[in-house]
Amino acid sequence: MYTQALSLERQQDSNQEDPERTRRFQARIDAEERIEPTDWMPAAYRQTLIRQISQHAHSEIIGMQPEGNWLTRAPSLKRKLQLMAKVQDEAGHGLYLYGAAETLGVSREELVGQLLSGKAKYSSIFNYPTLSWADIGAIGWLVDGAAIMNQIPICRCSYGPYARAMVLICKEESFHQRQGYETMMALASGTPEQKAMAQDALNRWWWPSVMMFGPSDKDSVHSEQAMRWKIKRFTNDELRQKFVDATVPQAKYLGLYIPDPALTWNEATRHWDIGPIDWDEFWRVVKGDGPCNRQRLSAKRAAHQDGAWVREAAEAFAAKRAARRNSPIAAE
Amino acid sequence: MTDKNWPLYEVFLRPRNGLSHKHVGSLHATDDEMALQNARDVYTRRGEALSIWVVPSKAIVSSEPSEREMLFDPSMPERKPYRHPTFYDIPDEVGHM
Repeated sequence: MYTQALSLERQQDSNQEDPERTRRFQARIDAEERIEPTDWMPAAYRQTLIRQISQHAHSEIIGMQPEGNWLTRAPSLKRKLQLMAKVQDEAGHGLYLYGAAETLGVSREELVGQLLSGKAKYSSIFNYPTLSWADIGAIGWLVDGAAIMNQIPICRCSYGPYARAMVLICKEESFHQRQGYETMMALASGTPEQKAMAQDALNRWWWPSVMMFGPSDKDSVHSEQAMRWKIKRFTNDELRQKFVDATVPQAKYLGLYIPDPALTWNEATRHWDIGPIDWDEFWRVVKGDGPCNRQRLSAKRAAHQDGAWVREAAEAFAAKRAARRNSPIAAE
Repeated sequence: MTDKNWPLYEVFLRPRNGLSHKHVGSLHATDDEMALQNARDVYTRRGEALSIWVVPSKAIVSSEPSEREMLFDPSMPERKPYRHPTFYDIPDEVGHM
């Protein structure tokens, strides 16, 4: 979000590591200063942010697919409009985030290319299918709920453009979560069949949502350095616990059951304890073997290819207009 | 498939009447008109603006981060406290000033 050109020019400097500069950089972070695109930063900080912000952007873009699946079959015009607004927001969030990543000196084309080639990762949650309308409610409530837990601390991330993009995003995510919960409320207080639909969606989305926070702290490779750089403010397990504590009473209000027989209130810690997470499933989906990984990527590639003529036409039009402006005859 | 880098634009919004335009982010577009349309779609989905400016990023002239000290340190309040109203002690009897 500003002046990619400037940060590109200076990228070379920052790749030359220098202990004194690194020390001053960490001192600025410790003092809660924000790092801006043209500031010196260690190459590893830049790379970590490019990876994290672009993964985040890709997640928003791929995240349009499971929801888009129900746009033409929303149960009413009102629900359809709400879902369209939400899907448009996901596109917008992807664009804010690509913009933030580009300030670090990487081009949009490169980032999109990494997504299309399958090299880049995106949030595994979007590799699960949306089988019923209730899944739209469950995604808003649980997936956006988990995303908000993750994203609110990033509003205070040490990298200015990422933090600012996240402020815009968090404002809009709140609508997403409330829209999802209200959809669940309508189903949970409906006919027995509708309530069963809501329960079924919760059964399928609960564990993938709990896994959204990433590996347990003891297995999380990037956590410690990201905390030191204040890219991350809480560990994966801390955020997961916040999500569980917030969500359990919400499920109770809906009259739905969280599909975890081991879920118990721990009076000593004042937190809900959950049962064991199936990390094999998590890694399977991350590594490409979830229910929809191939489908998501091929749909994204098709959309990109099908849109090529629009991009070509826009470029041709801009070139034609520029040529006319520069031609001495056409001067009006 | 085209893989050209489209020009980058910075987006500024005037949120309400009487306020100045404020930077909100950036976007790519093939020309000025598309930049305005995209800015409207990407940054104003909830009545955030009464007016939009888009500026080609390369048109922005920026101070150098390396010159920050030279340019801005002399005017820091601790260097020139007398430029601020709180530097001057006025007795309470005089009333609000």
